[in-house]
Amino acid sequence: MDTAQFIPWFILLNPLVAAALILFATRRNASVSVGISVISSLLGLVATVVSWLLPTVHSPVTWIHIGTLNISLGVSLDDLSKVMLIVVTGIGFLVHLYSTVYMEHDDARPRFFGHLSLFMFSMLGIVLADNFAMMFMFWELVGVSSYLLIGHWFTREAAGKAANKAFIMNRIGDFGFMLGILMLWATAGTLSFQGLHETNVTVFTQNPAYLTVAVLCVFCGAVGKSAQFPLHTWLPDAMEGPTPVSALIHAATMVAAGVFMLARIAFLVELSPTAAAVIAWIGGITSLLAALMATQQDDIKRILAYSTLSQLGYMVMAIGVAPHVSAEGHGGPAMYHLFTHAFFKALLFLGAGAVIHALHHEQDIWKMGGLLKKMPKTGRTFAIGTAALTGFPLLSGFWSKDSILAAASEYSTLLYLIGLFVAVLTAFYMTRLFVVAFLGEPRSDAAKHGHDGPAAMTIPLLVLAVLSVIAAYGTEEWFFEGHFHFSVALLATIAFAGGTGAAWVLYTGKTREPFALPLFRNKFYFDEIYGAIVSGTQDVLAYLANALDALLSGLVRVAGMLAWGAGFVLRLLQFGNVQGYAFIFGLGVVGLVYFIVFK
Amino acid sequence: MTVLNLIVLLPILNALLIALGAPARKSAIISAWGQFVLTLIAFAGYDVARGGFQLRSAWDVAPAWDLSLQLGVDGLGLVMLLLTALVTLAAVYCTPKIEKRENLFYACVLLISAGAAGAFASLDLFFFYAFHELALIPTFLLIGVWGHGERQVAAWKITIYLAVGSIILLIGLSKLYLALPVGHRTFDMVKLLAHPGIIPAAAQPDIYIWLLIGFGILISLVPFHSWAPSAYASAPTPVAMLHAGVLKKFGLYGLIRLAIPLLPAGAQHWSNFLLILLVANILYIGLVTIAQKRLDLMLGYSSVMHMGYAFLGIAAANAVGVTGASLLMLAHGLSIAALFAMCGYLRQNAPSLAFTSLGGLAKRAPFLGYAFGMAAFASIGLPGFANFASELMVFFGAFGSGATKASLSFGPKQIATICALWGVVISAVYMLRAYRQMFQGEPLANTEDTKDPGCCVRWPVILLLAALFIGGVWPSSYLRYIQPSVEAMVGK
Repeated sequence: MDTAQFIPWFILLNPLVAAALILFATRRNASVSVGISVISSLLGLVATVVSWLLPTVHSPVTWIHIGTLNISLGVSLDDLSKVMLIVVTGIGFLVHLYSTVYMEHDDARPRFFGHLSLFMFSMLGIVLADNFAMMFMFWELVGVSSYLLIGHWFTREAAGKAANKAFIMNRIGDFGFMLGILMLWATAGTLSFQGLHETNVTVFTQNPAYLTVAVLCVFCGAVGKSAQFPLHTWLPDAMEGPTPVSALIHAATMVAAGVFMLARIAFLVELSPTAAAVIAWIGGITSLLAALMATQQDDIKRILAYSTLSQLGYMVMAIGVAPHVSAEGHGGPAMYHLFTHAFFKALLFLGAGAVIHALHHEQDIWKMGGLLKKMPKTGRTFAIGTAALTGFPLLSGFWSKDSILAAASEYSTLLYLIGLFVAVLTAFYMTRLFVVAFLGEPRSDAAKHGHDGPAAMTIPLLVLAVLSVIAAYGTEEWFFEGHFHFSVALLATIAFAGGTGAAWVLYTGKTREPFALPLFRNKFYFDEIYGAIVSGTQDVLAYLANALDALLSGLVRVAGMLAWGAGFVLRLLQFGNVQGYAFIFGLGVVGLVYFIVFK
Repeated sequence: MTVLNLIVLLPILNALLIALGAPARKSAIISAWGQFVLTLIAFAGYDVARGGFQLRSAWDVAPAWDLSLQLGVDGLGLVMLLLTALVTLAAVYCTPKIEKRENLFYACVLLISAGAAGAFASLDLFFFYAFHELALIPTFLLIGVWGHGERQVAAWKITIYLAVGSIILLIGLSKLYLALPVGHRTFDMVKLLAHPGIIPAAAQPDIYIWLLIGFGILISLVPFHSWAPSAYASAPTPVAMLHAGVLKKFGLYGLIRLAIPLLPAGAQHWSNFLLILLVANILYIGLVTIAQKRLDLMLGYSSVMHMGYAFLGIAAANAVGVTGASLLMLAHGLSIAALFAMCGYLRQNAPSLAFTSLGGLAKRAPFLGYAFGMAAFASIGLPGFANFASELMVFFGAFGSGATKASLSFGPKQIATICALWGVVISAVYMLRAYRQMFQGEPLANTEDTKDPGCCVRWPVILLLAALFIGGVWPSSYLRYIQPSVEAMVGK
């Protein structure tokens, strides 16, 4: 194995080694465990930087090969995966560093860092996978590590429930994902992205309906993982996990895996305009619904979670409106926005984490206030993150959002208008958050004693703040050949100004929520509706099936009693007597002899 | 005397010694270790490159009928012997203190193991059947005498069911024997497998349905499953482990070994029938599993449900699906044995097995929290464990069945595969729900005395999980044995 092949394998396996060491060997020693995990994440970042110097690498190993089924484990280091590697290992390292402080009073640190390394392994597997089967494997593994990390504080009822919900919602998506993979494999005879891309395009174009169904099935996987409508409800609940986890997994990387996967197979989406339209509209609807929900939340992490949903909706929409751009370039506007969003959303979450940490786990923005003065480093970087997210001109989010809106404007006026309206809402709810939590006067004792964290906490914030400003410059060409759309940018800036101004006017000086919009506050009652569906179908069916089974087994029992004489057999067994069985067995032998000899 | 003779004889001799008064637990442990080491020696002695049946020995019993006690294994048989040895070892260690007639108890356990090893090593139909009976009889006794709860009802139910199953199977095997052309009649499986087309197609459907139902009762194919959950809930820990882990696999093994290669036309004829039943195994039993409120019954039903996937691989009737089903036999056996081992430990050490009376156990017993979580994740098919790899193969095999490049006929097998995929969601629902109720949340006051198990339960569970893990990370470690055997029977 030469160096070029060694590097991607090292990137993949290094966090696995760390996780294994921590979980099986050093679990009792907290500082060693933390050290192993942090060093491993740093090594991953260094190796990623090295990987940028390498040409495209592709290194498969056969995993299962039977007849027509050939599943390989293969790493593929190309332009798309290199960008994603930067996001995952870069933010991964910062989050590891930050977690050393955030989790310092948690006795279960080793478990936390072990699972964090396990997550890094799983996520890097998705990024490097060269075929659908391997991607699915790691897709499931990120589900496991996400489950473990959401449920880190498992003694809390809500954490356990949220972890389960996340896992099951994802499995529903994966039902479709696996089916889509099977459908593609059954016709194309290959699982590798390269193979699907190169040789089998004609196979698909001959049967467009089949292709549409297959692509939409695969898209179900992205709907689950990237929390798109209608499977979006798990993501806000996932905020029960520790905040660094929310930043890394539920904002910057894992939830973006769905978008990444769609970018990988954009060449298939391109072949089916119907599938592309569904994807575009699901993304658009998600971005709108989530932004509306975000305007009425009070929990700082939940506001950010709904914002993440909304931004992921943008990215999914970007795949649907311009699959050819994503296919010909390396992900197109969707990956461009994924890239910039990862930095400012991780920044916002880590900033929120710093606030929560300083305020002893207070998460209600109405019990904050005045934090900009108490926590200047956190407050200022949070402001930069907010500005980048809301599309403040010339910051990173401005450019990537512009490219998405431009693509939408060429596809459908209605989607374009939705996108612009979401931009207004984004500016509105983020400004509301900032004004209420960081400006004004402290509204609780905890808020009065807020203070910045130590360097391990503030350095990641500073680094991410810098990246939130500059990430869009010179990087656009990694994703597509784009150009600036002045009219779109102008409208987006007006949207930004409108949303920000409205929230500024409405919320400055307020000490409690001035508007009550129950529909938004209660998230359009999705949880209630789903709860009713589950208890109305699954639970009822389970109850009925169980009753039927009891009946069935009772009937058999009655029939059996009549046939055999229950008392007879029971008595034999009671005394531990073999005769009863020997009798039956004997009958069998007689039968055998009868068949062989006399028939 | 080959190593296979020893593998079968050793537990029988030990059972005799124990019955005669040798120290029960110690002798059983020695026997289990001996069997495990001998199985490893058999692996070492098997030449993968040469393939086919090896390590053979024969003892003519009735030359007139071409009946002989013939032992030998191919790769599939070897892997099943490994399953038997691993689960036996774990089961013997996990046996809690036996209050009454300890010697008889351990002797019976060893007889189960001997019967299982004998059945998997037999190359003769008659002795395959006889060994399978040898393994089943002691389970009835063990449940009836040493079981928990409504043990006598459960024992009675399993006895009736499996006895009826055995008779049906016997009729099927007799029919198979009689369908052979006169002059070619033999119990010798090797000779039979050498002539795959020996049974006329017209006679196959009749034989197949007897075998399917005969074996199906033992595998707990719906609607012949209702003995299983109550039997597993009542069975002493090692019996639940051995029965669910190993004995149930006889049926699958028999179908793969006999029905698939010898009766392809029969399988074809009953294909849709089997698909309907196996979908019921997955969806209907899956729903029943969701409704369970006790750990032992939940595990019992989940084990019934997972047999649906093995049947799906068999229904696929191609190399991918059958290899997947074969690996699933191993994977399911190891994972359900680990789960029943921990369930048995909790039965002894927790206030009750009802989910509502448990809670926060992960805090009280961190090892158990981890190990149970891993075994649960394995059983619901998450990557990293052999169950995932095997279910993946089953799905690919069944969905790809009948597909040629560039055209897919969307038939019953594809629909069954889609239903089976939904089963994956169902199993996540019941397993995670159970795990949350038992292990997460604040610890309940009544579980104060529930601590982590000692090494007697701990390391067998680790052993089983490790064997699963190897198969999950690198399936070829088992597939290199299984795959050539399956391809020899099914074709590539």
